Amino acid sequence: MTGIAFSVDHVSRHFVLPRSTLFGARRTLTAVDDVTFDLQREETLGIVGESGSGKTTLVKLLLGLERPDGGSIAYHGASLRRDVQVVFQDPASALDPRMRVEDIILEPLRVLRISGDHRARVRELMSAVGLPLSSVSHYPHEFSGGQRQRIAIARALAPHPRVLIGDEPVSALDVSVRAQILNLLEDLRVGFQLTLVLVSHDLSVVRHMTDRVLVMQRGRVVEEGETRSVFRRPQHPYTQLLLDSIPRLPQASRR
Amino acid sequence: MTAVALTVENLTVRVGPIAAVQGVSFQLAAGKRTGLIGESGSGKTLTALALLSLLPDTLSASGHVIYEGMDLLTLNERALCRLRGDRLAMIFQEPMTALNPVMKIGQQVAEPLQLHRGLSAAAAQAAALRMLEHVRIPDAAEKMHAYPHQLSGGQRQRAMIAMAMACSPAILIADEPTTALDVTVQAQILHLLSDLVDEHGSTLLLITHDLPVVATVCERVIVLYGGHIVEEGTVDDVFSAPRHPYTRALLDAIPALDEELPSRKLAAIPGSVPGLGQFPPGCPFRNRCPRATHVCETMPALEGDGHRAACWHPLP
Repeated sequence: MTGIAFSVDHVSRHFVLPRSTLFGARRTLTAVDDVTFDLQREETLGIVGESGSGKTTLVKLLLGLERPDGGSIAYHGASLRRDVQVVFQDPASALDPRMRVEDIILEPLRVLRISGDHRARVRELMSAVGLPLSSVSHYPHEFSGGQRQRIAIARALAPHPRVLIGDEPVSALDVSVRAQILNLLEDLRVGFQLTLVLVSHDLSVVRHMTDRVLVMQRGRVVEEGETRSVFRRPQHPYTQLLLDSIPRLPQASRR
Repeated sequence: MTAVALTVENLTVRVGPIAAVQGVSFQLAAGKRTGLIGESGSGKTLTALALLSLLPDTLSASGHVIYEGMDLLTLNERALCRLRGDRLAMIFQEPMTALNPVMKIGQQVAEPLQLHRGLSAAAAQAAALRMLEHVRIPDAAEKMHAYPHQLSGGQRQRAMIAMAMACSPAILIADEPTTALDVTVQAQILHLLSDLVDEHGSTLLLITHDLPVVATVCERVIVLYGGHIVEEGTVDDVFSAPRHPYTRALLDAIPALDEELPSRKLAAIPGSVPGLGQFPPGCPFRNRCPRATHVCETMPALEGDGHRAACWHPLP
């Protein structure tokens, strides 16, 4: 199915900062500043930017965890809460240490009151993300970082989402494990016809995984376009600076 | 043959009964920049701490770390304190925890100069200001009186570099100095670090999990896995023609930036990095290695001339 999943129309979000001096005026931070884009169904959209660029606030706006104070954001689907799921950077803090894997994966189904054969669903999800079924009643600390991220992905997939948002999903993982999780996200995206939004400061990951990219700087989208052409011929000086700043491997290291 | 700044012989670090660093031997060529690459559990940070005898009391190091004829592992604390911050300096990943939160930046940079160079407070302050200007902290005179929390992440890392380089150390150990920074700031800090090390003729040991960072900054590279050196050589040799399957697999697992790949699938390494004490005996990589056979149950020696690898089945 094609069409538009999200319409983001001139969206802004400001935060009032605490006073820095007792009698000073309160300052306002513009985290997201007049951002407009459409998210097409089944596309993969990368959002890149440095800290303070507004990418995490934009994710929260998409998830409905923050409301815009200017412009509008519309999800074109039955249920935002059910259809749009997220995987965060650090699986160690995103998983409740006192819950068993099974309960973690089923939590969205309980919260959203989705009925069905939950036992079967857990097994289905665990095999989809490559977790051994024997670990169904283990706790998060018994897993490695990569496996914990698999648990977080299984939980996100539980309510059959249409849109999966990854907020720096591989940044906390070891290099040798990162590729596995990226491959898994790609398999799941194709297998479940997901729309994937990938937020990352790692430009090589975004270049590799996405069709289209937004480059953000201080709350604004400074460049948008097809990922390959943005990386090949960046138009905005900030995109150029980002690309020039990335340390590179020697060409000969590739086979 | 270039001069050797530091010789590490058979360094082993034990966490209780478990050896987290196992018989590591290498030399740092004077004035060269060497990268120490490793993932979590590789023992790279413990190696760095052991070099300066900064390991917590619960950990024990054995072997030899030779600097100018002295074995740093057997030196007493007073002699070590004379060397640390003067001849041997270190930069840590998170400057917020490495800097003293209740001491002004200027005083922190001035401290090593007073301690090691015997400068008066006023002279040390003046030198600290020059140092802060040199590492290009904006409004350095003002920032002398700032506390660490009042600086940005990049500025804090610049201040820590100023502190480490204040006495122009013979050896600078930088442990993930840019991991917490944004990519544009990272590029600036790496430039600054390379420039300063060249200017002072210091020997740099850059510890990181980031292969492209090492490729950009360093001349030589040491690859650690499971507490063992698995490969060592020049950056050109190791990255262009790796001999250890682990190094090859790491390079293949990094998405390409410049060239087209036929598919979105990366060459992933199976399994995960084992926890401390859970690496298989023998070659630590053998349970994830496509080339492993039964001989890998015995740890191979690190062999080769200039470009060394510890593998029974090295790549051609």
